[in-house]
Amino acid sequence: MSANNESTGKIILVAVSLCLACSVVVSTAAIQLKERQTQNKILDVKKNILLAAGLLSSPKSSKEEIETAYGKIEEKIIDLSTGEYVDNMDIASYNERAAAKDPSRNVVLPAAQDIAGIKSTAKLKKVFFVKENEQITTIILPVHGKGLWSTMYGFLALAPDTTTVKGFGYYEHGETPGLGGEVDNPKWKASWVGKKVLARNYEPAIEVVKGSVDKSGPNADYQVDGLSGATITSVGVTNSLVFWLGENGYMKFLEKFRNQYATASVSL
Amino acid sequence: MSIKKTLFAPLFENNPIALQILGICSALAVTTKMEAVMVMSLAVVAVCALSNFFVSIIRNHIPNSIRIIVQMTIIASLVIVTDQMLKAFVYDVAKSMSVYVGLIITNCIVMGRAEAYAMKNGPFMSLLDGIGNGFGYAIVLIFVGVFRELFGSGKLFGISILPLTRDGGWYEANGMMLLSPSAFFLIGFFIWALRSWKKDQVELEN
Repeated sequence: MSANNESTGKIILVAVSLCLACSVVVSTAAIQLKERQTQNKILDVKKNILLAAGLLSSPKSSKEEIETAYGKIEEKIIDLSTGEYVDNMDIASYNERAAAKDPSRNVVLPAAQDIAGIKSTAKLKKVFFVKENEQITTIILPVHGKGLWSTMYGFLALAPDTTTVKGFGYYEHGETPGLGGEVDNPKWKASWVGKKVLARNYEPAIEVVKGSVDKSGPNADYQVDGLSGATITSVGVTNSLVFWLGENGYMKFLEKFRNQYATASVSL
Repeated sequence: MSIKKTLFAPLFENNPIALQILGICSALAVTTKMEAVMVMSLAVVAVCALSNFFVSIIRNHIPNSIRIIVQMTIIASLVIVTDQMLKAFVYDVAKSMSVYVGLIITNCIVMGRAEAYAMKNGPFMSLLDGIGNGFGYAIVLIFVGVFRELFGSGKLFGISILPLTRDGGWYEANGMMLLSPSAFFLIGFFIWALRSWKKDQVELEN
C-alpha cells in the first residue's frame, strides 16, 4: 500500500479529500457556534456599559440580570463633526469598528492630532444614556486608544454636567496581565469615580499621573493614580481620554448636550 | 509499550517540555493566570490527543512527501474548532487568551507527537500518547503558573492568597514574575529539580 502512496494521483486524492473533510468540520463548527458567539459578544459589551455606569455590581452577573439592567439604557448615534443625533439609522446593526476603517465613513487623523494612536475614527459614534424618570442621569461614551501592546476599548460614564466621572473601565485590551492589565483592577476603576475630566473651560484635563495623586494638590480632582510598572499603559489611558474628550472626539456633542440639558431643566 | 507507560511516561520520565524542550513558547505566554493555564492545558490535551488519533487512522494512506502538510491541516482544523468552542462557551476566558489558543497550531508538541508517534502506531495507543503528552505539558504549565500568579499578583485562580500592598495588604508583588522571562527561570528550575530526581535524564558531557 505504501508503495503507490507516492503516486501523483494518490497524493492529489489524499490532499483533496483531507481538505474537504477538514473544511466541512471547520465550517460546521463555525456556523453552528456563530450565534452563540455573537450573543456572547453583544452581552459582553452590554455588561461593560452597565459596569461603567455603575448599574451592575459584579462582573459575574447572569445573562438575565444584564438584560434587565440594560432596559434602563438608551442607545443613540451621534455625528462627531456636528455633535448632533443621527436618527434615521438602525442602531443595533451599526458597526463602529468597520466604519472607522471604511474611507467613506471615517475621518483619517493627521499624525499630530492622533494622540490616541488610532489612525482614524468613524464619523458616527454610538453613545449610551441612562434614563430615570425621563431624565438623563448618565452619559456613557465609548473610548479607545493605544496602550503598550494593544488598542484598549472602554467606556467612560459621565454625570449630566459632562465633567464628573461616574465610572470608567476597559472591556477589551491586550496589556500585560498584572501590570498594564491592572486597568481591570476594580480598586483602580473605583478611584475614577468623582474625578473631573474637563476643566472649567470644558477642555479635557484628566491625567493618569505617575505614582500616587497628591490629594492636597490643586489638580487632585483631575488626576488618577498611575498603575505601577505600567507607565506606557497609563499614558495611553490619559491620551485616549484626552483625545476622545477633545475636538476630534466628543467635544461638540458634549457642548450640545450641556446646552440642551440646561435649557431642558429651565423649562421644567 | 504498555498502555500505562504510553500514558504516564510523558509526565515525568519523558516530559515534552522538560526533556524534549518542546512547546516552550506558549508556556511563557499563558502562565500568568491559573485560569488561563487550565484552559490552555485542556485545549492542548484535546488537540494533541485528537490529532494523534486522526493522523494515526489515516497514517497508512498519507503520502510521505506531503505528510507534514497533512498533519498540519488536521491540527489546524482541530485548533480552530477548539477556539470556536471556547469563544462560544467560555467567552470571558477565551477573551483573555486572545491569540494563544490559535497558536496551539504552532506548538511543537502536537506536531512532534503526530510525526514521531502517531505515524507509526495504532489509533488507540496514539490517542493515549496524545493525552499523556498533553498532560506532560499541563504539569509544567501548572507548576509555572502557580509560581507566577502567586508571586506576581498574590492570587491563585483569581482568589487573593497574599494580600498586596497596593490593596492594603503586606505583600509587595514581584512584577518580573508577570513578564515572560520569569517563565524561563521557572522552567529551568523545573528541569533542574526533575533531573536531580531522575538522574538518567542528565545529558552526558561532551
